[in-house]
Amino acid sequence: MTARVRKDYQQARWNEPIIYELSLPGSRGVLVPEPEHDVQEAAGDVLARLPEGLRRKELPNLPELSQKHVLAHYLHLSQETLGSNITNDISEGTCTMKYNPRVNEMLVADPHFGELHPDQDEDTVQGMLEIYHRFAGIIREISGMDEVTFQPGGGNHAVYTAASVVRAYWMLKGQLEQRNEIITTIFSHPCDAAAPATAGFKVITLYPDKQGVPDIEALKAAVSEHTAAIFMTNPEDIGIYNPRVDEFVKIVHGVGGLCFYDQANANAFLGVARAREAGFDMCHFNVHKTFGTPHGGEGPANGAFCCTQELSQFLPVPRVEYDGKKYRLNADYPNSIGKVRDFMGTAGVILRAYAWTMMMGADGLRETADISVINNNYMLAKMEGIRGLDYAFRGNGIRRQEQVRYTWEQLKQDTGVGTDDVNNRIADYGIEHYWTSHHPWVIPEPMTLEPCETYSVDDIDEYVAVIRQISDEAYRDPSFVKAAPHVSASHRRSDDAALDDPHKWAVTWRAHLKKTGR
Amino acid sequence: MTAKLGLIVNPFAGMGGRVGLKGSDGKETIRRAIALGARPEAPGRAVEALRALGDLASGVDLVTYPYEMGEEEARQAGFSPTVLGSIARGETTPEDTERAARDLREAQVDLLLFVGGDGTARNVCSAIGRELPALGVPAGVKIHSAVYATTPRSAGDLARLVLEGRVGRYQDAEVMDIDEDAFRQGRVSARLYGYLKVPADQAHVQNMKSGRAQGDEAALVAIAEHVIEDMEGQMERLYILGPGTTTKAIKDRLGIAGTLLGVDLVQGKRLVGADVGERDILARTQGVPATVVVTIIGGQGYIFGRGNQQLSPGVLAQVGIGNVLVVATRQKVIDLRGAPLLVDTGDPATDQSLRGYRRIVTGYHDTLVYRVDG
Repeated sequence: MTARVRKDYQQARWNEPIIYELSLPGSRGVLVPEPEHDVQEAAGDVLARLPEGLRRKELPNLPELSQKHVLAHYLHLSQETLGSNITNDISEGTCTMKYNPRVNEMLVADPHFGELHPDQDEDTVQGMLEIYHRFAGIIREISGMDEVTFQPGGGNHAVYTAASVVRAYWMLKGQLEQRNEIITTIFSHPCDAAAPATAGFKVITLYPDKQGVPDIEALKAAVSEHTAAIFMTNPEDIGIYNPRVDEFVKIVHGVGGLCFYDQANANAFLGVARAREAGFDMCHFNVHKTFGTPHGGEGPANGAFCCTQELSQFLPVPRVEYDGKKYRLNADYPNSIGKVRDFMGTAGVILRAYAWTMMMGADGLRETADISVINNNYMLAKMEGIRGLDYAFRGNGIRRQEQVRYTWEQLKQDTGVGTDDVNNRIADYGIEHYWTSHHPWVIPEPMTLEPCETYSVDDIDEYVAVIRQISDEAYRDPSFVKAAPHVSASHRRSDDAALDDPHKWAVTWRAHLKKTGR
Repeated sequence: MTAKLGLIVNPFAGMGGRVGLKGSDGKETIRRAIALGARPEAPGRAVEALRALGDLASGVDLVTYPYEMGEEEARQAGFSPTVLGSIARGETTPEDTERAARDLREAQVDLLLFVGGDGTARNVCSAIGRELPALGVPAGVKIHSAVYATTPRSAGDLARLVLEGRVGRYQDAEVMDIDEDAFRQGRVSARLYGYLKVPADQAHVQNMKSGRAQGDEAALVAIAEHVIEDMEGQMERLYILGPGTTTKAIKDRLGIAGTLLGVDLVQGKRLVGADVGERDILARTQGVPATVVVTIIGGQGYIFGRGNQQLSPGVLAQVGIGNVLVVATRQKVIDLRGAPLLVDTGDPATDQSLRGYRRIVTGYHDTLVYRVDG
């Protein structure tokens, strides 16, 4: 059937002011009546009970609006966003935007979960601790690792936990000063460089070879007695799986270094390949991505960090353990790196992820990987022939996995329309802006797409048809595409340089007033 | 205020190329080219670039030189130009280009668009240096200078952004000086001539890309901090800082009066020699621990042999190949599009010893492992 490219799409565009600009002095949401005299006398000075340290010196600068206007304001803004499960999120390459079952939302809405607090006595949260424990068992099986923690609040955080573990390992051996370098690759997620740098290591980055795979000769030149570890993502964000990853591990182990596997792109290999068999000492998962919980709006997220028995002594505490009768929180690990975050992890994400995994089953996980890879290769094949479009390392002899990094470089040369322009135009078709690439942009004019397992053939066909249409538009009338979006809520920046200028950009109203001198 | 665009066309640029002469410098070469049937290339490219400005033609003040140096091309592209100066029609010279650039600077144009090759870029550079923004439309035989857009149309696109006030950043781009006679004999002997200030569409000119890149300024500071930290740990070591903007950033951060185009010597974080030649370097590094710090010069990825011939095979032998430190921003490496770094010291054995995988310092405690070839 012909792909359904949305016609006459129109998104609300409210040009909504900042809420401070809607402020009307004297407006209130609720007018609290003055208590009667007798009541005031009996109560006395109720504010006197507030600890000094919590008392404000000045009134907070809150905008003054009625309830109705607050409600209308946020409803307007909500109409201008494309949230989860509302649009064709094939756009979000590397984010793995799969469907989030509504039934799991019922679970977290249930007061039996919602009214729990992690500071409660262990005896009163046995059910939740059991879920943590069981899910850890599943993750151990999927990764082949010996121990798991869910304490990190997201993927980057789990990678930082790994860097902290590496640091603790070498510190215990008394070799931290010498082992001060961590190797990564330029197509790994930038956090594989940033987290080690934050943990105090020097970062050595490898460039790919002609095939687009990290250059193994470069690795041989990079390792030394200074190598603390290698931090690498595989398959990388360009969608290519390094078939020699086990050799990489051998080379790093050969100089005594540790090996960390960034498995953000796990959708490609669930039930197919494991970190353990490749020889890694540590790995992580983006629980919110791979295991089907809502994300893409800055959380909530969760990072599962996994390691071998030898490294488990460094894991953050408390650890969730089972003694045969009860579930306990155990913080008695003297070599632990301490806490990377409060409590044991984002419980809501763990609950949903556990439910999702139990629903899928082991077979379902394998099916996820199969369909993700098939979907992606189907889409890649359908993109053939779209004018101005190519993809990174075409013809390198390695099949793409679950995502592809395309490039609009030819389109830019032919028409002057580049990836930013195409990206602005795609919103006019009711589709979320796509993910271009992490920085630096090694592949020029990038576009990274990931049709994971919950997208149908129709979804993929629609996406390809829209891309083809925008390409045609660019060749026919480049200035029209360059002026997009026309019917979506998003806007183009009026002052491109402002976001780079610390004298101009502001993330709070107060900062904005200060910088504009108002 | 109406935006002002300055335009200079070198009508002879590119004429040597098609007929196999490796350049168009000098009356004699032009005569030979014409005799061989060469036709002017630059005017057509100028028109192509101007056409990319599209409907902006009516809202922009185009200021240029007479006849084939810009006036004719501007009219053909739909502009009504303001014409300055005077020329001998059909017999324009490099001096005309220099004079035109100076006149356009006086006219306070917002952007000086010039159409030509390396020679034209050199003339513009001599006249205005980095005093006002400039951008090259490629039309010459030798385009080794990084001041050129990839195509006439991309030059026009970028010019349009500048005139619309949508370019916030400018960067220094190298103007190379290739010895034309040597070039004809198959040898590339390049000298770093100077720099022009070109608009950065949030990225590099030669690859006019979309998207936001980290500002080069932050990267340069980080690189400088890395090298300076090295220096602070070895105050007796002599650092031989080669030419280029990245090494200049180190010199600036140190607060010394280093040169942009020359080799400077630093010891104990102080300048002990400015714009030195090979002989000086050899004398100063006798029995003294030293490090040669080089960066990528020009678009082809040379770290030795283009603009830093003072760092000769003799110097490298004395200092030791193991004491070579390569610094460059990530963006410069990425712009190589996977092509290796290149060396051309003049001595094959030295070149061979420099080949292989090297670490490039791209930030503070941040290095990239990259291939070097000969």
